Amino acid sequence: MNLYRAHVLVCGGTGCHSSNSDKIKEKMEDRIKEKGLENEVKVVMTGCFGLCESGPNVVVYPEGVFYSHVKLSDVDEIVDEHLLKGRVVKRLLFKEAVEENIIKSVNEVDFYKKQTRVALRNCGIIDPENIEEYIAYDGYQALARALTEMTRDEVIQLVKDSGLRGRGGAGFPTGLKWDFTKKASGDKKYVVCNADEGDPGAFMDRSILEGDPHSVLEAMTIAGYAVGSDQGYIYIRAEYPIAVKRLQIAINQAREYGLLGENILNSGFNFDIELRLGAGAFVCGEETALIESIEGKRGMPRNKPPFPANEGLWGKPTLINNVETYANIPVIFQRGVDWFRSIGTEKSPGTKVFALGGKIENTGLVEIPMGTTLRDIIYGIGGGIPKGKDFKAVQTGGPSGGCIPKEYLDTPVDYESLTKLGSIMGSGGMIVMDEDNCMVDIARFFLDFTVDESCGKCTACRIGTRRMLEILEKITSGKGEPGDIEKLEELANNIKDSALCGLGQTAPNPVVSTLKYFRDEYEAHVYEKRCPSGHCRRLVTFVIREDLCKGCGLCKRNCPNDAITGEVREAHVIDPEKCIKCGTCIEKCPFGAIEKR
Amino acid sequence: MKSIEELNKIRQEALAKMNLRTDEERIRIVVGMATCGISAGARPVLTAFLEEVSKRKLENVVVSQTGCIGLCKLEPIVEVYEPGKEKVTYIEMTPEKARRVVAQHIVNGNVVNEYTIGSYKSE
Ligand SMILES: Cc1cc2nc3c(=O)[nH]c(=O)nc-3n(C[C@H](O)[C@H](O)[C@H](O)COP(=O)(O)O)c2cc1C
Ligand code: SF4
Ligand code: SF4
Ligand code: SF4
Ligand code: FES
Ligand code: FES
Repeated sequence: MNLYRAHVLVCGGTGCHSSNSDKIKEKMEDRIKEKGLENEVKVVMTGCFGLCESGPNVVVYPEGVFYSHVKLSDVDEIVDEHLLKGRVVKRLLFKEAVEENIIKSVNEVDFYKKQTRVALRNCGIIDPENIEEYIAYDGYQALARALTEMTRDEVIQLVKDSGLRGRGGAGFPTGLKWDFTKKASGDKKYVVCNADEGDPGAFMDRSILEGDPHSVLEAMTIAGYAVGSDQGYIYIRAEYPIAVKRLQIAINQAREYGLLGENILNSGFNFDIELRLGAGAFVCGEETALIESIEGKRGMPRNKPPFPANEGLWGKPTLINNVETYANIPVIFQRGVDWFRSIGTEKSPGTKVFALGGKIENTGLVEIPMGTTLRDIIYGIGGGIPKGKDFKAVQTGGPSGGCIPKEYLDTPVDYESLTKLGSIMGSGGMIVMDEDNCMVDIARFFLDFTVDESCGKCTACRIGTRRMLEILEKITSGKGEPGDIEKLEELANNIKDSALCGLGQTAPNPVVSTLKYFRDEYEAHVYEKRCPSGHCRRLVTFVIREDLCKGCGLCKRNCPNDAITGEVREAHVIDPEKCIKCGTCIEKCPFGAIEKR
Repeated sequence: MKSIEELNKIRQEALAKMNLRTDEERIRIVVGMATCGISAGARPVLTAFLEEVSKRKLENVVVSQTGCIGLCKLEPIVEVYEPGKEKVTYIEMTPEKARRVVAQHIVNGNVVNEYTIGSYKSE
């Protein structure tokens, strides 16, 4: 056995991969060889570290030195200085990893220190393409225990006792779902993993699959044993090529090691898993539409009931869980129900992974115990709002969710609290908005998404959401009329009540929640033809303040449409007829004399 | 693989290789590897430590390197940090001395006094 004195972990998640982390890994290995260090230093490609914005990211163990924004041209310096001579390359350290000249290890950085990694426990730590690294970190121990020491009912009881709830959005108790599927009558049953992940900006599930694919395979196999199924499917969008590739490698390795296939661990239990690629329609994440799609039909939702647990894939009882839900299963078996319940809250035990985005210092993937407040996530881990701007709202749950305003920043994140505020936990999208965001426009953005993604099966959703979008477009372009707001509310209620599937039923949420907390912004647009945040271009006018203008002429020279006139050292003026509202002049004015009104 | 025993065997072996990637407290053997250290022969010392630690399957030991320790004329210098104990500094190390440090100090807990910086001063 060859013992290495240092491991260099290069992030191979989608984010870092797109900025050439694979080439960095190659070059690193070449340089290490050149320096004769290949028997001392090992280079490993891992899944996402969660800080994709500052990628490509590299961590060197045993010290835990965290390099970010690593370029191909930095590789030689890291090898020659750090790996050969032991001198950390300070200029490449992640910005928060140096404090008063002390270099912090990766786990000491605030962004990680405040997280609790359960579903992401192995992401960024193990090589996802090497089953032995997963096994080293207790992988497949849960399956071994379930198959050799536990009855099917005991397995289900354990999942029930853990209190685990579905991470795909609705928060349905996982153990209960397993029980329904086990009790459903039928000789053939299926286990499905929902990896469709269609929320704009969400990449939690992708990161788990890229960073720790075996945890999902192991959990599905345990589920198969519990419900009495011998065939699993992972439904994943084709736009996730890295995740697809790593899953396929993982499946092949698990088969090779006898952890998938016939007579697993000599228990007499057979189980296999196959991938099914989706075209990436949002509605295909809805479980019944997903089933139709696997069956080769067009992905349109079915009526419920019957629920998939009774009549799912090809009419057979089918268990469907989300990627993150599965990723929690093996570790619950390893560390026990009491441990799991000690994290999070009474009704929402465990953690939740969020994709933190928008107007926030550290965008990225974070995993926090349920019950953590929005404030802790946004300010503690996320590092707050950039450029000293004011926080306005946070959007959770993507197109099915809502906006939560400042007053509720101290709300603990759990299923019930978020629902009470008119939003939802959802699958884990979390978008932060500051004073420059227009809430009407945010609602428009999400409605635009749903209108595109509606499958068209029912009128309420197909026509209703389009009507809502038209009204929102009218309002944001300054053509809103009295009665529009009321019309939006009426449509929202109708769609909620009559849409067939969750997509339509929740589509009005972004409008309803912004109307609830930011009605004044809607009213300003409609009645005063004014956008309070200055975002809606067609509703703002650019004006030069006579008292502040020094007549330097910079704005005039930079205006692309010659909309500004004025003599040197005299106040300038903008011709509103000519101004195309590009904003250049505001940026250029050295005296802050130009305002949006 | 057909048994839990086999699974556990793979686990043990793979874990030993990944031992580095945690924050847990371990014995750290640090070799000074700045320019002076390298020219004084620090690399063979480092390699000897690695071989010895790996041969003996010492799981709670990491071997790493550092920059200039500031005593060029005593290089190669090796520092041993044990959780809860004072740092021990060995000087003018060679691969042979390294093997003895592992056997005597790391495994059995007896500092090899004759190689330490303390004994140099008292000479
Ligand atoms: C429009 C729509 C899209 C959905 N998209 C997803 C998705 O991308 N991933 C997912 O796991 N669940 C999605 N769901 C929820 C699934 O229908 C289902 O509830 C979930 O996969 C169950 O797994 P869980 O209990 O583990 O959360 C979606 C639901 C709706 C209505
Ligand atoms: S609510 Fe919308 S997405 Fe769902 S079935 Fe009806 S038309 Fe299709
Ligand atoms: S916003 Fe653009 S077009 Fe309008 S005055 Fe300023 S620079 Fe000219
Ligand atoms: S850049 Fe500012 S100060 Fe200069 S002329 Fe324009 S408005 Fe006046
Ligand atoms: S992909 Fe590298 S940190 Fe996310
Ligand atoms: S429509 Fe955007 S702030 Fe107005």
